[in-house]
Amino acid sequence: MPFPQLPKTPTGIDGLDEITRGGLPTGRTTLVCGGAGSGKTVLGMEFLAHGIMDYGEPGVFLAFEETEKDLEQNVASFGYDLHKLQKEKKLFIDHIFIERSEIEETGEYDLDGLFIRLGSAVDAVKAKRVVIDTIEVLFSGLKNQAIIRSELRRLFRWLKDRGLTAIVTGERGNGTLTRYGLEEYVADCVIVLDHRVTDQISTRRIRIMKYRGSLHGTDEYPFLMGDRGISVLPITSAGLNHAAPTDRVSSGVPELDDMMGGAGFYRASSILLSGTAGTGKTSLAITFLKAACERGEKALYLGFEESKAQVMRNMRSIGMDLQPFADQGLFHFHTVRPSSVGLEAHLATIHKRVEEVNPRAVVIDPITNFISQSDSAGVKSMLTRLVDYLKMKEITTIFTNLTAPSGQLEGTRESISSIMDAWLLLRDVEYAGTRSCALYVLKSRGMFHSKVMREFRMTDTGIHLGEIYTKGLADRQAANEHVETDLAAFGRNPGGRS
Amino acid sequence: MTTKMKSDSHPAEVTSAEHWTLRLYVAGATSKSAIAFANLKRICETHLKGQYEIEIVDLVKNPERAKADQIVAIPTLVRRLPPPLKKIIGSLADEERVLVGLDLRPT
Repeated sequence: MPFPQLPKTPTGIDGLDEITRGGLPTGRTTLVCGGAGSGKTVLGMEFLAHGIMDYGEPGVFLAFEETEKDLEQNVASFGYDLHKLQKEKKLFIDHIFIERSEIEETGEYDLDGLFIRLGSAVDAVKAKRVVIDTIEVLFSGLKNQAIIRSELRRLFRWLKDRGLTAIVTGERGNGTLTRYGLEEYVADCVIVLDHRVTDQISTRRIRIMKYRGSLHGTDEYPFLMGDRGISVLPITSAGLNHAAPTDRVSSGVPELDDMMGGAGFYRASSILLSGTAGTGKTSLAITFLKAACERGEKALYLGFEESKAQVMRNMRSIGMDLQPFADQGLFHFHTVRPSSVGLEAHLATIHKRVEEVNPRAVVIDPITNFISQSDSAGVKSMLTRLVDYLKMKEITTIFTNLTAPSGQLEGTRESISSIMDAWLLLRDVEYAGTRSCALYVLKSRGMFHSKVMREFRMTDTGIHLGEIYTKGLADRQAANEHVETDLAAFGRNPGGRS
Repeated sequence: MTTKMKSDSHPAEVTSAEHWTLRLYVAGATSKSAIAFANLKRICETHLKGQYEIEIVDLVKNPERAKADQIVAIPTLVRRLPPPLKKIIGSLADEERVLVGLDLRPT
């Protein structure tokens, strides 16, 4: 049975309209609160800018803290030309400056000056949206709290009577949502922004604390302040509605394709590649990317451990030259230390690079470092969204994952395996004084796959899989000199990577 | 209500000659504004006789003028001259406070 829906005004901010199920309540005031530097002003300005550019709704920005010029400069980096919008009479910015030291108070007063300024600004551009950032300055600028409170009540009523969709920002107080209790005036919608630093890594979160008369997402969602302003993740929540292509892509290793039902991975699937240190995860993952390049598809390597030069050199040592593909614009690198920026900034970077390159194959090497860097719930939801996003774009992705040598492979952290379509394991095998490596397919959804463990060899002509791995094979290896040569030629110290 | 005689482009050197330029911001003919004006007029006549001018700015008629002096509260009295700029908000009920606010009394 359909119920009448509360009318909503889209913010135009990536993701925010999804977690609010359509935007902010039309004709009402939303309180956006958070600490200093949590993104309140940018959110407000984006709400207005999108209103003007995407929905034809002019807006007014009452700035108590920043001047017009500051605001223009601050959001110019997000691609908004406020100067132009003001010239076109679609945006009105009024900087309200209250200097307590030059104000004396005696007797009764009201805030009609503020009302008149707001009213004439609204009339000047025929505004539908209003942002007041942040009105709490009144409390520190004026002394008579009783007057401010009754005038605030009048202000919120005034905004409602005029049918304006408004955002009022408030600074987070000590143990309270806002320092001066603005939440008692705003009953319809409250959004909390949070900028926290855990282990020296900053993450931004957004939460819809209250939305009267509407369903809304109640989680804390990470959000980014990227080049294009705020985006709340999921950027677009693909959910489980993505298509399931049936065509296959090669892993780049014919023997591995054989193991995967004879044809390789499903296109647009997510593959987890786990292994202990030095087992060749990066090499196998890049072999997959190189195969994509050989088909003329674009490939993107997102590395968080090794530099581009290092990866190129290591790949050359097993007979793979990536340079020609890089020169053709098929092979793309993006390498950065995982701890250098916050979790959500990494997601932003990944999204941005994927949008720029538009690859068909991606490797994220490794995801382990993300797991180590932040709280596990955040990582899980981030990975889920990333997987959804890549699937939606029909990109086949390998995530590598370093597992502890203790052999707890199946206990992969964050139970990320459950969101992966296929799971390959690389494992050290020691026998009779020789250490070698075995590969097997732990799971591969929707196909018959080999259940055997095969010897994984990195040679100077690339990666090859040996016969079914048995004790006998290891015996043979121990006796067989050429295996030793292979390992020597590869020259990679198995324990060398952290 | 009356209007002004001089503008804010008044030369600075006049300050030494104790010339006072005051501006009272109101919003329509409210009783609060009328009381403030009456209070101001009385105080000026007592303490600044012959060396002041008062400009009344009605923001209902001229809303765009609120910005120049950063007016939020009504009524607001602004001392334009002599510098520095001073603001007193309210109905100017307490003469002592007004005199302190205008720097006519040592604080």
